[in-house]
Amino acid sequence: MLARRIIPCLDVKDGRVVKGTRFVDLRDAGDPAEVAERYDRDRADELVFLDITASAERRKILIEVVEKTAAMAFTPLTVGGGIRDVDDIRALLLAGADKVSLNTAAVQRPNLIREAAERFGSQCIVLAIDAKRKGIRVQGSGFRERPDHEPSTMNAEPEWEVYIHGGRTPTGLDAVAWADQGVSLGSGEILLTSMDCDGTREGYDLDLTAAVAEQVDVPVIASGGAGTVEHLYEALAIGKADAALAASIFHFGEISVPEAKTYLSQRGIPVRL
Amino acid sequence: MIAIIDSGIANLRSVEKGFEKVGVAARVVKEPRLLRDAAGIVLPGVGAFADGIATLKAAGFIEPLMREIESGKAILGICLGLHFLFSESEEFGLHKGLDILRGRVRRFPESVPSPVSGDGTLRLKIPHMGWNQVHLQREVPILKGIPDGSYFYFVHSYFVEPDERGVIAGITEYGIRFTSMIWRDNLFATQFHPEKSQALGLQLLANFGSLAER
Repeated sequence: MLARRIIPCLDVKDGRVVKGTRFVDLRDAGDPAEVAERYDRDRADELVFLDITASAERRKILIEVVEKTAAMAFTPLTVGGGIRDVDDIRALLLAGADKVSLNTAAVQRPNLIREAAERFGSQCIVLAIDAKRKGIRVQGSGFRERPDHEPSTMNAEPEWEVYIHGGRTPTGLDAVAWADQGVSLGSGEILLTSMDCDGTREGYDLDLTAAVAEQVDVPVIASGGAGTVEHLYEALAIGKADAALAASIFHFGEISVPEAKTYLSQRGIPVRL
Repeated sequence: MIAIIDSGIANLRSVEKGFEKVGVAARVVKEPRLLRDAAGIVLPGVGAFADGIATLKAAGFIEPLMREIESGKAILGICLGLHFLFSESEEFGLHKGLDILRGRVRRFPESVPSPVSGDGTLRLKIPHMGWNQVHLQREVPILKGIPDGSYFYFVHSYFVEPDERGVIAGITEYGIRFTSMIWRDNLFATQFHPEKSQALGLQLLANFGSLAER
């Protein structure tokens, strides 16, 4: 049976992991390859590197990081952040990335998804969507209230807007519709981040996750809001996600990947222990 | 030395590094003549079937590869490398394969019958992506030390359907039961990616290495 995936995400800046990691015994906790190797031993199902380097040197540094990681960790690796064109994608895949995630560039030029999928195959083109809820808060659904937004109508279905440039720029696009379009263009997977929940550690946006997971015929990775193992369970069971991505709960050592999987297994979620 | 056939844009670094990690000498080869001196050959592949076959053909790999297969050299096909061995593929039109194994490459159905769902069908997400179990149909030399039902990493939208049941070595379930590994004489091939399957994948590469070098 296909296992649901647990995916640690690492922020990489100037070739270094910038968020902490739980692996206190590493020689160099900032070395992405070394962290990746430890997650490999911990049986993390995949890894995501998000490059947040701003410098002009970014591409060269990132390629070196990916090359070194692919030589040490035998775990599927997705790389995202600042990918602009087919040449960027080719360089990362040749360096050893298994998938790349497209975000801003795909919104600005949706045909990039098609070009990339035709060239390299849908399986390695992940569409990353940063989505923010419009309208009003529903009691107990685990996202923050946004009083600066006008409620539409009390009983309206929730809607989410796509943001780009690291969450700074609203696009007017509906997140569910954009996910659907991305898949039609050739994305093989959706990495869906709730901007409302990201960083709160209060749980994923389950409505958003379920809305996208039910809409598209490709796997959906839920992201943003994980604070406990219960939240991982909810994303997979209620949000119907195929995979749950988390950063801080793994990095700060509150919970290890094996502990999370043991919990999920006990609650009936098929995972690779 | 294990020769890894360079079939174009595929990511071969991890296959090469995987062998290196388990102490087996391996290198990516671009020249077909290098196959002759190799102890074993890995036929990897990512991307589309027709492009892959065309690339192998253009680089002159097909005849030397067929010769080495006939000579009894250990061969390991991975993912698209498994598909290449079959008669034909229905990926983006019908295309001829190497026809070393009779059978065809087919796409996963978009939905399958399911007694537990409301409308009686279950939608399949394609590609089949992630970790899934391989159920062994017999004892396979390159799976030595790997328990039945172990998880390996898959990413594919097409699967092989051998005419001869006897070549099937492993079965995996994804809506349907499909062949996830084949073995005939010196010919091994996996639908999953050992080079992305952590410790058990590396074990498989190590087993293949020692079998080839023997």
